[in-house]
Amino acid sequence: MENMITLTIDDRQVTVPKGTTILKAARSIGIEIPTLCHYELKGQGVENRPGSCRVCVVEVEGKSNLAASCATNVSEGMVVRTNSLRVIMARRTVVDLMLSDHPADCLICPQSGNCELQKLANDLGLRDITYSGEQSKNKVEISPAIIRDENKCIMCRRCETVCNSLQTVGALTAVNRGFGAVVSTSFRMNLEDTSCVMCGQCVQACPVGALSEVNNTRQVMSAIANPRKKVIVQTAPAVRVALGEEFGMEPGSRVTGKMVTALKKMGFDYVFDTDFAADLTIMEEGTEMLDRIARFMKGDKSVKLPIMTSCCPGWVNFFETNYPDMLDIPSTAKSPMQMFGAIAKNYWAEKMGIKREDLVVVSIMPCVAKKYECQRDEFKVDGNPDVDYSLTTRELADMVKLLGVKFEDLPDSDFDKPLGESTGAAVIFGATGGVIEAATRTAYEIFTKKELGKVEFTELRGLEGVREATVDFDGTPIHIGIAHGLGNARKLLDKVRAGEAQFHAIEIMACPGGCVGGAGQPYHHGDFSKVEKRLQAIYEEDREKPIRKSHENPYIQQLYKEFLGEPCGEKAHHLLHTHYFDKSEKKFGI
Amino acid sequence: MRKVQSLADLQSLRDEFRAEFCPADVKKVQVKIAMATCGIAAGAKQVMNHMVEKSKELGLDIDFTQAGCMGYCYAEPTLEVSVPGRESVVFGYVDETRADEILTKYIQNNELVEGIIPVNYETTD
Amino acid sequence: MATYNKHILVCGGSCCTSGNSAQIADNFKSTLAEKNLSNDVQVIQTGCFGLCDQGPVVKIMPDNTIYTHVKPNDVRRIVEEHIEGGKKVEDLLYVNPITGERVEDNKEPNKFHKKQIRIALRNCGVIDPENIKDYIAHDGYMALAKCLTEYTPEQVIEVVSASGLSGRGGAGFPTGKKWASSARAKADQKYVVCNADEGDPGAFMDRSILEGDPNSVLEAMAICGYAIGADKGLIYIRAEYPLAIERLKIAISQAEEMGLLGDNIMNSGFNFHIELRYGAGAFVCGEATALIHSMEGKRGEPTFKPPRTSEKGYNLKPTNVNNVETYANVPIIITKGAEWFSSIGTANSKGTKVFALAGKVNNVGLIEVPMGTTLREIIYEIGGGIKDNKKFKAVQTGGPSGGCLTERHLDIPIDYKSLTQAGSMMGSGGMVIMDESSCMVSIAKFYLDFTVPESCGKCTPCRIGNKRLYEMLDKITKGNGTMEDLEHLRNLSVVIKDTALCGLGQSSPNPILSTLDNFWDEYVEHVQDKKCRAGACKDLVQYEINPAVCVGCTACSRNCPVEAIKGELKKPHQIDNSICIKCGTCITKCKFNAIRIK
Repeated sequence: MENMITLTIDDRQVTVPKGTTILKAARSIGIEIPTLCHYELKGQGVENRPGSCRVCVVEVEGKSNLAASCATNVSEGMVVRTNSLRVIMARRTVVDLMLSDHPADCLICPQSGNCELQKLANDLGLRDITYSGEQSKNKVEISPAIIRDENKCIMCRRCETVCNSLQTVGALTAVNRGFGAVVSTSFRMNLEDTSCVMCGQCVQACPVGALSEVNNTRQVMSAIANPRKKVIVQTAPAVRVALGEEFGMEPGSRVTGKMVTALKKMGFDYVFDTDFAADLTIMEEGTEMLDRIARFMKGDKSVKLPIMTSCCPGWVNFFETNYPDMLDIPSTAKSPMQMFGAIAKNYWAEKMGIKREDLVVVSIMPCVAKKYECQRDEFKVDGNPDVDYSLTTRELADMVKLLGVKFEDLPDSDFDKPLGESTGAAVIFGATGGVIEAATRTAYEIFTKKELGKVEFTELRGLEGVREATVDFDGTPIHIGIAHGLGNARKLLDKVRAGEAQFHAIEIMACPGGCVGGAGQPYHHGDFSKVEKRLQAIYEEDREKPIRKSHENPYIQQLYKEFLGEPCGEKAHHLLHTHYFDKSEKKFGI
Repeated sequence: MRKVQSLADLQSLRDEFRAEFCPADVKKVQVKIAMATCGIAAGAKQVMNHMVEKSKELGLDIDFTQAGCMGYCYAEPTLEVSVPGRESVVFGYVDETRADEILTKYIQNNELVEGIIPVNYETTD
Repeated sequence: MATYNKHILVCGGSCCTSGNSAQIADNFKSTLAEKNLSNDVQVIQTGCFGLCDQGPVVKIMPDNTIYTHVKPNDVRRIVEEHIEGGKKVEDLLYVNPITGERVEDNKEPNKFHKKQIRIALRNCGVIDPENIKDYIAHDGYMALAKCLTEYTPEQVIEVVSASGLSGRGGAGFPTGKKWASSARAKADQKYVVCNADEGDPGAFMDRSILEGDPNSVLEAMAICGYAIGADKGLIYIRAEYPLAIERLKIAISQAEEMGLLGDNIMNSGFNFHIELRYGAGAFVCGEATALIHSMEGKRGEPTFKPPRTSEKGYNLKPTNVNNVETYANVPIIITKGAEWFSSIGTANSKGTKVFALAGKVNNVGLIEVPMGTTLREIIYEIGGGIKDNKKFKAVQTGGPSGGCLTERHLDIPIDYKSLTQAGSMMGSGGMVIMDESSCMVSIAKFYLDFTVPESCGKCTPCRIGNKRLYEMLDKITKGNGTMEDLEHLRNLSVVIKDTALCGLGQSSPNPILSTLDNFWDEYVEHVQDKKCRAGACKDLVQYEINPAVCVGCTACSRNCPVEAIKGELKKPHQIDNSICIKCGTCITKCKFNAIRIK
């Protein structure tokens, strides 16, 4: 076998394909080598292995220096020791050095309990710092969504790799040399002034507390505690398939009912579902899509195709920064979260007799960028935002932990009505391809005036970074493009911009896997199989829903009848649609 | 300048340039001044300009050329003087006064002046 | 008017001066005057002959007679027997160290006492670097022409391999092997890169070559391009070398004008173009992968190997990277042959090495010696010995990556292997000589002070570890070190070497390890006795005025910038060490040597 290599690791023989690293060869036979900078999103084409932290060093016979196992490929007959005293001492020294230049405020660090450095120090039994000395004094920055504490940066470059390679955003880079080297922004600008789109994948990737989301749990609890305020909450579809992980449950566990119970226990006055607004989004976006396709087919030159989804705030920031020439292409429909806020603070508040300023809308999102989105000026009325606070799945878990309940033993509860009713189409918003599939279910029936035989469009599913599919609308082929991860989005968009690809509609999600892989989800520490399991759970949830097409949601139908009128009508346009801004100057940091 | 066409062409050019730059029998006094960064920093350029002027005044016909580092950092500026019929001599610590002495004493009268540096290396040619 | 027919050259180098050569010169003058020969024979003092172990040295011109071990009372014999009698003084004649014979005429070959052979520097100081004709007159571009017309690319690599030439940038990787690897790699585009990012403190070998003989590097790069199948060359040069850049630009345009670079060189069908790329002067960019990242417009930091740059280099294409001095050796290897080159040097290191000799030697300079030359020969014969007759203490080679060697290493023949075995390394060619006034702890600290900010900061051991090493050294030089610190210093140094990503970190602790090994007592003194024997660590020394010597001239107290010196006129002064900042001004101002450091 020409392409197989046999080597010995800790006295055990192992045969692996040529090109395998020592690290992977060792793991294949259950030998665990600790790592820190190594970060791989399997299947997403992203691997950070600068070989720079030097935690994974091993002894290779015949080599004078220790080798970084993550960056050294195996060779025939190689003899490796992963746990010799030389290796252990070196590893401890390396981590000791990291700790010597790391703030020791673990008790209140946002990463406490999730910190890979903390775990490593513990695993290596480090109980004091041998090589203590001066600590770096760098920038601490609080942006609308992300907090950067450069003092905690360990230069693993994971954030830099996801920001540059996965997302092609290019906001983060190593700056300075020597002891002063740290990952920062160019010219050490604030994130908001850079090309950063607040997608938060850097937060998801950061092994320590150098990058974290802005924490809003205290404000939310204060609002609940305030008797003058009515506090309502909406939960995004991807949250319910990931929250359980924070309580030791298997990835992909569906905990919708337990989540609702917990939210009620917390004291939210009403627990609603963003899925309701997702159905609403389909009504608006689907209608807009059909209208644009129909006019385009009639030869209306003022209409541009493809229409692109606009529910992902990271994606919106991305095209505003990078594709200012294409601002007329995305759907003008607001994101489900913002539609929910608009309906809650107008229709529902009025119906309930609650004054706008007394209503607090909280959203639970798998997302970091939502924190930024809800603060955008166009989503405020007289300074009062439609959505007051957006919490991540992780923040929700933190709040649930305060209840002192055993989460997995909580009984199930239902969402409150009317803004808690949703269809299977809304649930799949949490997966890449889900929004366009949901839109297709509705658009097909409206366009063809026929009922769908099979509601599942499996051709739109999968984890391939860029996907293309053609859906037959009863004789009319509709070309659909899908991308998840902004690097993939860029590939697709560049093709569209260059006129090399013709699509009717495109769905884009900023995070790999869609919202299930969102930056606000429980840390997966580079284990992408967790994201895949959440994705499966999303489709299971859809299958079990009695109604699976958005336009069949009775509460949505009632909302149009009672309040909105027609989809994309005047009122709907005013409340549920938005516009975009040219933010290309941020690309150059001017 | 025309383009070199072949090995033979290069050889003939070499012979032509040799006659110009390093003839077997030197007919003219030659002064080479070490003009690497360090030499220039130590004043080699001023010394060269001065010598050019001074030699005109004295009516001496001398070829001045710049060269790279001769290696005697401790004695910059340094220069090498080749007078027909004599072995070439390297002088170090050359300031304007010593430059004058080199012209009037060594070149004109074969009288050595202070600052001679015995060449302590062999050059491969 | 004098019309000299003979010159008597008396060595005025410091070794010979200490051997009373001034007296010898005076004796010559008086003896000649006595014999009325003053107008026929000139006596002149010269610089160092480099025969320091045989001094004082006298040379009679134009006879080319060298006399060694000359004493003042030998002068009369030389004048009477040689100058007047025309007969050489047999027992004073220079002895050929190889044959053991006494040499009467040292004109040609005058090689025996010349410790230096200039190969890489062969044209430096000889030709006009701004005129390609001068280079051609010295066989320039003949090697390229020979390769293009007589050799296949494989044969070129064979010659380079057989010559035993190895990388002069420091690591000593066999050049032929490197070229062969790039030649083997298959790609639509390959590159030849010249690393002119000379960064060791005090090293200027490459700059001197580029300033003195830029064409030799261009020619070598073209030869390399022919050998590996590349048509593009890039010179990565630091922007702080404006003269080298200027001369390279002139050389490139002249070579292009003459068709020695460019398309279809000498009608061979071979194309080769060279461009300059400027570095901002980051030490780490001398590392090949970091250099390539820098040229690509990326952050200048190394990446792990493999892949080597010969397989995936600039723009991920096969790229041969050699440094300036390595290239400068290539043309002459082609013209004179591999055998000639490999006959110079030692069994495992061939050819010569250029060093920037600096520090406390008399003749600091740029030298080129055959591999196998000893440190003693370099310091005492070429360097002319230690300045001010002080005692030799250590020699530092290899720059910030190297180590300090001592008296007991002086007779080791220098090559890549021997220096590494001794605890230092060849490096790119910095060589700093230290005397007893150098504090070895401070020396180690000096190099770490350089390495800490020059680390790219990528890997943990180099980014943080070097900083910690520096902090410990700083603590020791300030008198706050403990014996535990010395243990930590060694342990951390070992781990940094063992775990760092690139050559910078893998060698940055060397100055510490070598000084710990060779000067352990000095470290212990700093820690336990709070004493710096060299008097270099300000916090560990006190200035004192010797009352027996001080005459009370007030020069010291008038010049003390912090008014730490008190005393009445004409009475011994005192220094208040609680105020004194140890600037040393008083010592330089005192004409009576009354102030000492204890």
